[in-house]
Amino acid sequence: MNVISLSSFDLAIAASLLVVLSLFSMLLSLGLEKKIILFSCRMTAQLLLIGLVLRYLFASGSLLLVLLMATVMLLAAGREVWARQQRKIAGISGFTLSLGAMFVSSFSVTALALVVIIRVDPWYTPQYAIPLLGMLLGNTMTGISLAMDRMTDQLYKQSGVIEQRLLLGQSWQEASRDLRSECMRTGMIPIINSMAAAGLVSLPGMMTGQILGGTPPVEAVKYQILIMFLIAAGTGFGVISAIWMSGLLLFDKRHRLRLEILKSPLK
Amino acid sequence: MEPNSPSPCRLSDKSVRLQVRDLRFLDKGPFSFAVAAGECVGLSGRSGIGKSQLLRAITDLIPATGEVLLDGQASTGFPAPAWRSRVTMVPAESFWWYDTVGAHFVAEGGGGNLSKNLAALGLDPQAVRWEISRLSTGERQRLALLRALQKEPQVLLLDEPSSALDAHHTGLLEDFVRQYRQRTGAAVVWVSHDPAQLRRVAARVLRMESTGLAEISASFSEREEREQ
Repeated sequence: MNVISLSSFDLAIAASLLVVLSLFSMLLSLGLEKKIILFSCRMTAQLLLIGLVLRYLFASGSLLLVLLMATVMLLAAGREVWARQQRKIAGISGFTLSLGAMFVSSFSVTALALVVIIRVDPWYTPQYAIPLLGMLLGNTMTGISLAMDRMTDQLYKQSGVIEQRLLLGQSWQEASRDLRSECMRTGMIPIINSMAAAGLVSLPGMMTGQILGGTPPVEAVKYQILIMFLIAAGTGFGVISAIWMSGLLLFDKRHRLRLEILKSPLK
Repeated sequence: MEPNSPSPCRLSDKSVRLQVRDLRFLDKGPFSFAVAAGECVGLSGRSGIGKSQLLRAITDLIPATGEVLLDGQASTGFPAPAWRSRVTMVPAESFWWYDTVGAHFVAEGGGGNLSKNLAALGLDPQAVRWEISRLSTGERQRLALLRALQKEPQVLLLDEPSSALDAHHTGLLEDFVRQYRQRTGAAVVWVSHDPAQLRRVAARVLRMESTGLAEISASFSEREEREQ
């Protein structure tokens, strides 16, 4: 099967759509034209750059480079999760926590998929490792930052109830049980919903890309199913570990609520 | 039941139940005092001086330096939840997290006891079935006291326990706490802004300043409060 290669001219036609959109934005005084132009240029540059990086990476196939790339991606994801929280745990521990959760949700699951499920040889083959990791990081990020954001927000807002329960001799685990399970549900519901909608309402982006790229639909679907399983599992375990670690940070050894480690959102 | 002897017990007479030594928290302290088994000590002081924080420090809910001992054993020797089950604070504002009153009372075969206690505080024995949202402030306050007594704490730290009650129900609550400490030998620390109440419930009253505690005899507390 031949993939129809896109020329720069083809992309320029698509880009002209955005130019028209910017004109409309000006006409309707939406004030978005600058952002549309700026961010579409930025997106183009970022993707071209990653295309070049991937070309080099795929050609070299070196373990060291793959690990370096993976680490950079993980750091970026951890930073993003941390930045998305309103009332976050301040300082290096807050960032480490986000990073740890993303590690659990993506790194461990990707490694499992490469070694046990897809069984590529060598296991770090960049054509498989990097896109898989990217899919997992990008898709588990939302659930994890939602759950963590809710945890700190609710602990702050319901500190009266939590401290009341601690005062009655409950352990921090007991005192925060209802709240923690609610946060875990908040983090996992989106991926469960998207599993329900997959194929009916939406054709997942990865599958669409593969089909456009010439892969037979059934093969593309099988990969998509694998990816969905991995994302759901990654999100679930990531959320559970994020909430558990947040609990360990937000309560001390004497089962006291430590709201002072949270950074106020309005500063 | 013990004979009803309201004689103020000196610390030398009976065993010391609660001992607080050089307790410092935030920028306050050091605070030192002791309460004998079955004794009630009043705690007064101007608003914002940190009376509630002192109780929170004793129950180990906020970090503090110094020592708190229960029957000679330091708080650090207990897991925190076990300590708070024995040295229990009833805060001025109570919080509830389930829909009904009864869900907050983990049954320990004390169902009969509970309805008796409800009646003693002037509450309807059916109150366990009530929705939390239906409760008045005064009902919440009395129910919060009963909730805190479920594990029979040996030290009870009461933060303005009758602030929302009328004179009649205040009297019932004072009697109820007196009977509780006489029956179980619990030590009670009672925070109040009402000198007359402290005179009724406590043999000794401590006045809190940010640098320490001064003992004032209960009978003088009224004048002291007025001088502030």
